[in-house]
Amino acid sequence: MTQHTRAKSEIFTPSGQIQFGVFFQGVNSGTIWKAAESGSQTDFESFRRIAQTAERGLFAAFFLGEGLRLREHLGRPHALDVVGRPDAQTMLAALASVTKNIGLVATQNTTYNDPADLAHRLASLDLISGGRAAWNIVTTDNAWTGANFRRGGYLDHADRYKHAEAFVETAKRIWDSWETPDGPASRVLHQGQRYTVDVTPRLPRSAQYRPVLFQAGDSPEGRNFAARQADVIFSAHPKFDDAVDFRKDLVERSVAAGRGANAVQIMPASEFILAPTAAEAAEKKEWVRSLQIGPQQAIAYLEQFWGRELSTYDPDGPLPEIDPVVEETSETRGSGFHGAKARQLADQWRAEAKDKGLSIRQFVTSKTARIDSTFTGSYTAVADHLAEYARVGAVDGFNISPWLIPTGLDDIVNHLVPELQERGVYPTEYRGSTLREHLGLETPVRTADEAAAAVRA
Amino acid sequence: MSTFKKPGFLAIELDGAGWDGADLARAVLAAESAGFHAATFTDAPVPARANALQRAAFAGPVTHTIALVPEVDTVYTEPFHVSTQLASLDYVSRGRAGWIATAADAPEAAAAVGRSAVTGAALGQEAAASIEVSRRLWDSWEDDAVIRDVATGRYIDVDKLHYVDFQTPAGFAGVGYSVKGPSIIPRPLQGQLPVLVPASLLGEVRADAVDAVLVSAPAAELLAAEVRDVRARVGASIAVIAELDVVLDARGQDAAARDASFDGGRAAFAGSAAGLTDFLADLLKEADGVRLHPASLFVDVEELGRLVLPELRRRGALRPVAQGGTFRDLLGLERPASRYATAAAAAPAGAGK
Ligand SMILES: Cc1cc2nc3c(=O)[nH]c(=O)nc-3n(C[C@H](O)[C@H](O)[C@H](O)COP(=O)(O)O)c2cc1C
Repeated sequence: MTQHTRAKSEIFTPSGQIQFGVFFQGVNSGTIWKAAESGSQTDFESFRRIAQTAERGLFAAFFLGEGLRLREHLGRPHALDVVGRPDAQTMLAALASVTKNIGLVATQNTTYNDPADLAHRLASLDLISGGRAAWNIVTTDNAWTGANFRRGGYLDHADRYKHAEAFVETAKRIWDSWETPDGPASRVLHQGQRYTVDVTPRLPRSAQYRPVLFQAGDSPEGRNFAARQADVIFSAHPKFDDAVDFRKDLVERSVAAGRGANAVQIMPASEFILAPTAAEAAEKKEWVRSLQIGPQQAIAYLEQFWGRELSTYDPDGPLPEIDPVVEETSETRGSGFHGAKARQLADQWRAEAKDKGLSIRQFVTSKTARIDSTFTGSYTAVADHLAEYARVGAVDGFNISPWLIPTGLDDIVNHLVPELQERGVYPTEYRGSTLREHLGLETPVRTADEAAAAVRA
Repeated sequence: MSTFKKPGFLAIELDGAGWDGADLARAVLAAESAGFHAATFTDAPVPARANALQRAAFAGPVTHTIALVPEVDTVYTEPFHVSTQLASLDYVSRGRAGWIATAADAPEAAAAVGRSAVTGAALGQEAAASIEVSRRLWDSWEDDAVIRDVATGRYIDVDKLHYVDFQTPAGFAGVGYSVKGPSIIPRPLQGQLPVLVPASLLGEVRADAVDAVLVSAPAAELLAAEVRDVRARVGASIAVIAELDVVLDARGQDAAARDASFDGGRAAFAGSAAGLTDFLADLLKEADGVRLHPASLFVDVEELGRLVLPELRRRGALRPVAQGGTFRDLLGLERPASRYATAAAAAPAGAGK
């Protein structure tokens, strides 16, 4: 196993390489379901096809997200986007038997799980897959999602990360508890504010020692948490300048946390619309966008801020002149929007749309977050652009959301990957058999005793 | 009854294949090619054994006919997660998933999650509640909820999704809870996964809440009577499955000489393949199925596949293994309509909000 790949240093050193991950999103508006070639979002074959294509393209990781309550729109399940997806770890355990190298990353929440149970399940996935598992730690929580759980659950933002940190520290102690590959395991005790754990762990270390840790929260608390705990941050900053700033920010935080400048890797969420020529790619993008944000989605997008039905408005006309019902504002729950001041926002948006001459549909298309994470162009131009990221070390890789299931990675693997390999910025083989090796991460070297000492009371 | 009874089925407990993917695949493929109808995965808390449901999921894509049935605890788990995980197992096994619903009674299981230990009748109540939550969530998306209607831009028909609004009943001994729903995954391929419980949970868990009951006896000669007893309690529509430890004469060694340390307090059979064949042929006249717990996974499965299952098949004691069949098919269960299907027009999700 690769030990101490990049020495601990206060100076960030770009690796000169980028890696790919694939994020099979399921629930969102980014995945096109209206095209003839759109496949099932739940059949195992769709997952197998994407994972095996990614593995053919030497992707480091296959990601699954998690949402523990269906998104709602004006008080009912949101009907317009892809919805319904399998449990991440169950699906990844199945994929482990039909893949050999690719990392398997499960997004799992720290609020609606027990540390001992989650740590055991992640260790199981890590062992079954031969050292390929990772945990994408998320902290999203609200009483609304809690309604699906015995424990309920709502924590305010600061407490959320305090809890998450104690949770992750406990999980690490559980994974660290086998002194040698044959045991014995030492007992792990944690008595905290939110939970109590008293467990004698049952599983040994995996081929990569323990699951790799990803983190996907963007607030300052989230970034500090990542700087202290994570191996990789799944960021929301793929545009070049933004990515460079984010790297700088994270390097500072990680140095401040005492882990050195190179401890935390960055893989932003991204989407690729590629073709042989720039003109064809631009045309494809029009088509993709028209299917992602159809007329009904455009109206629904506004409805969540207006808090009222707007179905009588023409999606190709101007923004509604009526005002939001402020007290009833009902953002699409579970989509991550929080507490915008509806009236103020509406005024601002109406002015902006008028200024730019945009219809409802054009305006909404311009507003959706994915705009900033899309790379559009010819295979060669996009490869040149990504090589620049590698050269300066803006990111360590990209976590790609395919907009088509199950064929959405084909052109990336068939055309973009070879271009990147030619430029010397993309792997030409898997470096080893574990995810930790693919990513060039250091192996943790804590013993159970040190781990226990590391937990602040 | 015995004259008209359908041929039975055989399940095998794959304990012994703990966590290594290659071992796991080898074990489940050996069981499938030996002709077993179902493989079960214990979740008993012993060292070096990976999560049962994940072991079953790993086996899904590499197998074709064998049903995959993990134990999942109902006491110290989140019913919402359990339901989602089991539904997902049904997808990755193309409809071959089942669930042995257990109720952990070890104090260690409680300590691990910081809860106080649940004991006695409360265990059955926990199991009953968790089973009910899963069953409702599996029905919470009607079969045709995903409509992909391009004309109206709707991926799903929200009228076919339902809040389950589960609430633990009055008199629930543990800390009561509620689950809102709907599920986050569409309806399982089988509609409802077959649910199996140990007979010890019957009572608090009503027979009509389950599809099969696992029956143990302290000795092999008492097993048939115990099966008859449980059959009388649960009726003919619920499968009764007898539990049997097995150690066979194998590789030139007498069963008696082989080191078999059984722990489950189950009936055990030690002897020749021919003797076991006769014993099982008789037992399957009473029981719908038998679950075998082999002393040594690889040694005994080999003998069973070579000598016992072919002979039982020849005698007509075993159901055929159906290519492309579901676990429900194996148990002779129809695919049920969602309980919410007829109520759809009356109470769509969100109507009350
Ligand atoms: C790229 C990205 C992907 C995310 N994916 C998920 C997800 O699948 N499930 C989830 O519950 N939260 C997800 N989150 C939410 C975050 O993990 C986090 O809980 C949320 O952003 C709130 O934390 P913050 O305030 O630190 O940003 C994601 C966030 C980002 C940036």
